[in-house]
Amino acid sequence: MKFGVVVFPGTWSDRDCGWVIDQVLGQELVYLWHKDSDLKGCDCVILPGGFAYGDYLRTGAIARFAPIMEKVGEFADRGGLVWGICNGFQVLCEAGLLPGALIRNASLEFRCEWTHLLVERTDLAFTGQCTERDVLRVPIAHGEGSYFADPATLSGMEQRGQVVFRYCDAGGRVVPGANPNGSLHNIAGIVNSRGNVLGMMPHPERCAEAELGGTDGLKLFRSVAENAFKVLVS
Amino acid sequence: MIARVIVTPKPVVNDPQGLTVKQGLASLGFREVTDVRVGKYIEVNLEGSSEHEARRRVEEMCRQLLANHVIEDFQFDIEPERKRR
Repeated sequence: MKFGVVVFPGTWSDRDCGWVIDQVLGQELVYLWHKDSDLKGCDCVILPGGFAYGDYLRTGAIARFAPIMEKVGEFADRGGLVWGICNGFQVLCEAGLLPGALIRNASLEFRCEWTHLLVERTDLAFTGQCTERDVLRVPIAHGEGSYFADPATLSGMEQRGQVVFRYCDAGGRVVPGANPNGSLHNIAGIVNSRGNVLGMMPHPERCAEAELGGTDGLKLFRSVAENAFKVLVS
Repeated sequence: MIARVIVTPKPVVNDPQGLTVKQGLASLGFREVTDVRVGKYIEVNLEGSSEHEARRRVEEMCRQLLANHVIEDFQFDIEPERKRR
């Protein structure tokens, strides 16, 4: 399984993702520079967290014009796995690969803390190692992670089961008090209708080793790696 | 020519900045303030033969980059460029 981690100027979580992929999971890793124009044969492209191009104008607004993004779009259209984390989620929304947008947290504060996520889809390449209605403990670190989509888009997404992760309490209850940023419907992560493009605000790469306070994030990375194995043998 | 573009959050989008500024104004005694929305002001200098063409091009700029149609509305004026001071 070959993971490609995209690096824009201002990306900061690329090495954290890379560490989990090659040091923790022993999978093949390649970094993809924003000016690159090929994906070097990777099976899953990760757009990591940070502040790509300084988040000028809007989060992700400039990154979507990077040469690598044209290839990421084509890869997604062919059914390739694309995984946006934090800033990567914002880039995917700006690029139109995912619906909606991420706006300023309702509190106006940058929130850096642990959250709990209710997993609502376990049939995806990204969540195959999770159990039904699993509750994951994963940290967030963002100022603009409040998910917004217009009511028609939102209801269509709910009907198609595009909401993958919702902020919940430790017992798995989706309640307003567990929502750290004002996201509509407590949304923490979504997929496109085809299920091959995932965007999420929380950082699974920051909880993939016990030393970091938790290993729930590893389930998602492992899901992708195992999924590729299944594809290869089927 | 110069285009003066104003980008604002759509009415349906929660605007915590606007809400906070409204509360700040109220605490200063401006109790007549009923709502505040915080947006962006962008000046675009451009070359062009006609205002009509410039208007068409700036509209495209807004749609493709300057505003995100999911969360923002935009409006703009076009003026002949002022002389450099």
